[in-house]
Order: sequence, then C-alpha cells, then structure tokens
Amino acid sequence: MIPEIGQFALILALSLAVCQGVLPLVGAHRGDEAMMAVGRTAATGHLVFAAVAFACLTWAFLTDDFSVLYVVNHSQLSLPTVYKISAVWGAHEGSLLLWILLLAGWTVAVSRFSGGLPPAFAARVIGILGLLSVGFLLFALLTSNPFERLVPAAVDGGDLNPLLQDPGLAIHPPLLYIGYVGFSVAFAFAIAAMISGDLDRTWAKWTRPWTTVAWLFLTLGIALGSWWAYYELGWGGWWFWDAVENASFMPWLIGTALIHSLAVTEKRGLFKSWTLLLAITAFSLSLLGTFLVRSGIIVSVHAFAADPTRGRFILAFLAIVVIGALILYAWRAPSLDSDAGFGLLSRETFLLLNNVLLVVATALVLIGTLSPLVIEMATGGKISIGPPWFNVAFLVPMIPLVLLLGMGMQTAWRTQDTAAWVRILRIPAMLALVLGIAIPWLVYGRVSVLLVVGCGAAAWIVITSLLPILRSLRREKGAAGITRSALGMSVAHLGMGLFVLGVTVVSAFGVESDRALRVGESIEVAGYEFQMRELRNVQGPNFSAIEAEIAILDDGRQVATVLPQKRQYLVQRSPMTEAGIRAGLDKDLFVALGDPLGDEAWSVRIQYKPLIRFIWLGALVMALGGLIAISDRRYRSGVRAKAVAPVKAQESPA
Amino acid sequence: MKPRQQRMLAVGLAALGIAIAAGLTLRAFQDNMMFFVEISDVAAGNYPKERNFRIGGLVVGGSVQREEGSLDVSFEVTDTACVVPVVYNGVLPDLFREGQGVVAHGRLDDTGVFRADKILAKHDEEYMAPEVAESLSKHQQDVVDAAVAGAAECGGNNDS
Repeated sequence: MIPEIGQFALILALSLAVCQGVLPLVGAHRGDEAMMAVGRTAATGHLVFAAVAFACLTWAFLTDDFSVLYVVNHSQLSLPTVYKISAVWGAHEGSLLLWILLLAGWTVAVSRFSGGLPPAFAARVIGILGLLSVGFLLFALLTSNPFERLVPAAVDGGDLNPLLQDPGLAIHPPLLYIGYVGFSVAFAFAIAAMISGDLDRTWAKWTRPWTTVAWLFLTLGIALGSWWAYYELGWGGWWFWDAVENASFMPWLIGTALIHSLAVTEKRGLFKSWTLLLAITAFSLSLLGTFLVRSGIIVSVHAFAADPTRGRFILAFLAIVVIGALILYAWRAPSLDSDAGFGLLSRETFLLLNNVLLVVATALVLIGTLSPLVIEMATGGKISIGPPWFNVAFLVPMIPLVLLLGMGMQTAWRTQDTAAWVRILRIPAMLALVLGIAIPWLVYGRVSVLLVVGCGAAAWIVITSLLPILRSLRREKGAAGITRSALGMSVAHLGMGLFVLGVTVVSAFGVESDRALRVGESIEVAGYEFQMRELRNVQGPNFSAIEAEIAILDDGRQVATVLPQKRQYLVQRSPMTEAGIRAGLDKDLFVALGDPLGDEAWSVRIQYKPLIRFIWLGALVMALGGLIAISDRRYRSGVRAKAVAPVKAQESPA
Repeated sequence: MKPRQQRMLAVGLAALGIAIAAGLTLRAFQDNMMFFVEISDVAAGNYPKERNFRIGGLVVGGSVQREEGSLDVSFEVTDTACVVPVVYNGVLPDLFREGQGVVAHGRLDDTGVFRADKILAKHDEEYMAPEVAESLSKHQQDVVDAAVAGAAECGGNNDS
C-alpha cells in the first residue's frame, strides 16, 4: 500500500510541476498576476508530494518491504538502519527520486527568498524550474520507477553493495546533488532573464548567492567523494580521473568560472552574455554528467547498471535543454552588450583570464572523458585515456591560473596603477619564491622546478589571500573593514592555496609499496617500521572479517596502531578492503590488506601520504569561503526589505 | 579598453588557449591511449607491439598460482576461445576470482606472456566492463558455431 501511495504522490507531483511550469510562464507573458502567483503554490505542493514519495520509499526500506523490487536489490534484513536509509539513494531509481526532491526544495527556497525579485521575473524562474522538474519526474515515472513491485515478494534482499555501506557515501550523493541541482537555479535565472530581455546588474546580484550555494555544495560533495574513494576503494588514491568523477568536476570548473564572471557582471555590468553562456553550460554539464553515469555508456567504477532507454531519455532531455537555451541565447545575447571599458591592468582582465583558463581546463577534461566514446564510434577501436594524460594536460591551464589568482586579487576594478601594484606584490612574490624553495627542500629534502612552482604557487595564493584580511585587521579606527564578500573570496582562495600545497606535496613525496608481511615480521616504508602483531577474526553486523593489528614505529617508538580489515559480506559474498589509516594533518600512514599469500603471509599495501589532508581541508575552506560570501549583507536586503522589520535591522551586524 | 578590443582580447586568448590545449592533447594522446585487444587477437599476434594495451576476459578456473610468500602471481585469461597467460606482481583487487571477469593493463613479452602492471576486477556482481562482455559473447557464438562445424578454433596459434 505504502509504495502505491509513493507512486501516486509522484504522479501528483508531476501534475503540480506541469502547473508550476506552464501557468507562471503564461502569466508572466500576459502580465496576469493571478496566474503568476500559482507558481509558488504549485511549487510548494510539488515539494510536498515529492517528499511524500521519498518518505514512502524510505519507509519501504526501513520496514524491509521486499515486495518492492528496488528494496530487494539494494537492502537486506541485517543491513544497519543508517544504511537502509542511505540505500534509498544508493542506486539509480532512488537517487533520481532524491534529485527530484532536491530540485523541488531548491524551487521552494527560491520562491521563498526571492522577495526582492520583480514578480514577473520570479514567476518565470519558478516556471522554468517547474519545466525541468517535469522532465525529471517523467524520467522517473517512465523509465525508472522506484516503486516497482516484485511478485511474489522476496524473503530477503540482495543487500546494498558493500562499497556503499559507509558513512561517507551516505552523505556524498546528497551534497553532490544539491550542487548539481543548484546549477539549475542559475540556469533558470539566465533563461528568465533572456525571456524578459532585461538583464541588468541586479540580475547578477540575484543569481550570485544561489550559484555560490550550489558551488559550495558541489565542492563539498566532490571533496567527500574523493575522501571516500581514498579510504573505501581501498587503495589510497584521491582522484582517478574516472569518467564519473570528471562528470562532477566539469560542472564544478564551469561553476567556478561562473561565480567569477558573475562578480564582473554584478560589479561592472560587463561579460553579460558570457555569464549567461556559463550558466547554461554549468547546468548542461550537470545533465551530461547524469547522462554519463546513468546510461552505462562509460566504463566506470561508479556507473549504474546499463539501460539504453534511460540513456536515450536523458540524451533527448539534454538536447532539448541545450538547444532550446542556445537558440534563446543566440536570439537575445547580441542585444546585451555593454559599452563600459576597462584597463589592461584591471581586475576585469584577470577575471577574464580566470574564465578562459577554467574553460580550457573544462574542455580538456571533456575531451579526455569523451574521446574513448568518439573514437569507438568512429573507428570501432576501444581505447582508454589514462590518468597520466589528465595529470599533465590539466596542469597546463592550472599553473597560470594559480599564479594569476594572486595577482588578480590585489588588482583594482577598472584600472590599476602599475607602480602601486608592483609595490604591493613585490614582497609577497619574493616570500612565495623563498617558501617555494624552502618547503620542499628543508621539510622533505628534495627540490625540483615543478615542486618550486607548486609550493611557491601555494604560498603565493595563501599570502595574497591573507593580505586583505591583515589590512582590515590593521585598519585605522573608524575605517571600513573587509566586507563579507571580500572575506569570503579571501578564505576561498586560501583554501585553494592549501589544496595546491597538499596536491604538490603528496604527488611528489607520497610513497606507495606493495609487500608481503607475516605475523611478527616488520617492514620499513618511508622511514617508518610497520610491524604485524596479530591476525584475528572479527564479526560485524552483516560481514565477517580478518583484521590485522599493525603497529607503526618511528625510531623504535610506537606512534600508532592501525587495524586494517579484509571483510567478507555475507549476503553478496563479496570481499571488501577496509584500510587502516593513521590520519594526521602532516601525513597519513595507510595500510590495506591485500590477500593471503599462503604460509601465514599477507600482501599489504603501505602508503605514506604527506599533507594529503590538505587536499580535503583546502576544499572545506573553499566551501567555507562560499558560505561567508553569501552571508554578505547586500544579498539579504531584498528579504529584509520585504519583512516588516524596521530599517535598523539591516544595519545590525549579522 | 573598448568593448571591441575586449572582445578581440577574449577571442584571441581563448583561441590561444584552445590551440595550446589541442596541440597538447594530440601529442599526449598518442602516448596515453591504451587499446583494448581481444584475447583471440592477442593469441593470433594482432596486438600493439612495444607498448601497453588492455586485455579482458575470464580468469581460467584453477589457473591462479602464487609463489608462496611473495607478491608474484600468474593466471590465465580467456575469452572462451583462446587463452593468454598473465603474470603480475602486486596486490590483486578484492573481486579478483577464478571464473570471473578481469581487465589487465600491460604488455606482451617475447615469450607470449602478458606482463600486467595493473589488474582491474569488476566492482559489483552485475557489472562487467562492456568491452569484456562484448568480447565474451562474440566468442561464445564462435564456440557454438565451432561445435556445430565439428572444429574447435582459436585465432590460429594458441598452442605455443
């Protein structure tokens, strides 16, 4: 009964999404306020029914309803409760339902917090989001019904893939989806602006916080995914240039470009048509990512089971969205040009370069990801593009990007006096160079050109990001301090600096070694002694495991004990490696059990990963920067103005 | 700068960036492209010489042999028609099992042994790398045909 309610709720959500998609757009066209107002109500109803459907599926998991096919395939009686909940979005059908729910949630959030928007504009945004929802709901109902029954019901389920039985995976997809789906808001704003034809700076001001929220969730989602792959896939890498990773990374790169381009559009009214194009691209790449993951055309760790109907549906949806948006763009964008100019040495120039480099980086990732498909279609040859290519190709746009970043932040809008600019940057540049040599040389004992570039760039970004904050702290009494916006920018860039440092150091100085190890024996890796003390059997709720107790000694002194496991999940009968990690800010020591080699010996993979935490820490700090930026006062003025609160409220510090 | 110049600058920079990217891509692609070669083609000698490629198929039951206490492992991979011996030194993936699908990266040495530097096994029960599945289904048909015709066949020289 409950699953049928879920399905019915999904159908109701679809009908409301149709209302939400059609009526406000017609209303905005005719200037009919009553029709425009329908949008908000329909969006709320749409959210309610999407939530009911989601709750029904969750209920089916929690009550072990093995008459629902999706539950049978992805759950099992002894699965811990928390994974029964996360299993809801553990595979295609349920994750699509989560997507639908989040899109409805974003829509309602936009309709609630868009008080400052002109009614016709808000109606168009809600309408476009409604049309997108219609696409996804149809996708779910026509090709991927999560409530499909299994007759007769199964006695027990086939269990959730053990890889997914992990806290990291419980929150990775929701974060990622909030980001993906969030770009549909930027897309809807862009389309609405093109339909109405008035694209002034306020448009950028409205779009910015939504884009930043989407970006910050995508940042967190990707970082969490990388962290999860590091400890759960078992082999200590943090990025594999896997097609599906790339699918989430491309919208991130374009989203980052969009944030920067929006800054120019808001501050200076420039780059309007470019910004629109980026907003369209960011969302299109999110859709492309969905297509790659769910159509099964790409070989990947993450790919869901292949189903050509689904692939065709998303491809058609993608085509409609992209072609429709681009036609509208071709029609409207030429009328958006602005006459404002800027100097060669100005922040605008640097942001332009930022955009060019990020777009080039995205193009490279796209080429690397899609070329196996293109080559197979053209010649029938099956090829794969290895991570080494991505690593090299990606560095080409990234090195200038990180160097220019530090300069751009210290450059004024419109035009910057060159002498003053050199004066500001001289000392940070020298300091960065010194640190770039000193960090690898003194701390890690080796230095090379690439290491100096990497560490120097990291130091350069960190120093130049801190300058505005220091300036604000040392300002004279009464002088205006740093705005939240500027502080957010500094913090996000600081995160970028930490990230670059982490990547450089771990790539250059990480040590990885596959060895054979017996109980009582010890081996040395990267100056640490790894001693296997004991091998024992342990029992988990739905798995049994062999656990090794491995002591890590530094100069004969024990610094840590790690407990790597080799698990055997009982239902799927599949083995899983749980790495033993001694995590630290300065380094990780990582031990994973391979397989028994006979004669009491096990193969083990031991890794020394200096500063690897800086990679995720950097991403976290970037996201924090985004959070600070959206708390800027000017974004709340619209909401405040609508509230009954007196004007004073606007001036109180948040 | 005037808008016109801005556009010129933007277009120029974009063109430059894309030109560099394209050049780099083409050059590096050559070195990093890894072809997937079917087992039967390997057995027949149709494989890229002196460079890495990928093979995929099923691990032959009973063929996995370990050197006691060492990381050296050898096994055979089949597409149900032909067999290629593989050697590897390292930790095998969790889902590596006899009778199951596997993909190996590496190159063939002079003695006809595939020296793998990377072994991938499927990540869940239902999933099999599409190229492996395709190669297997093709040869299963061959096996049926061969059985009907009364002759077993493998690309030509599998007995070496």
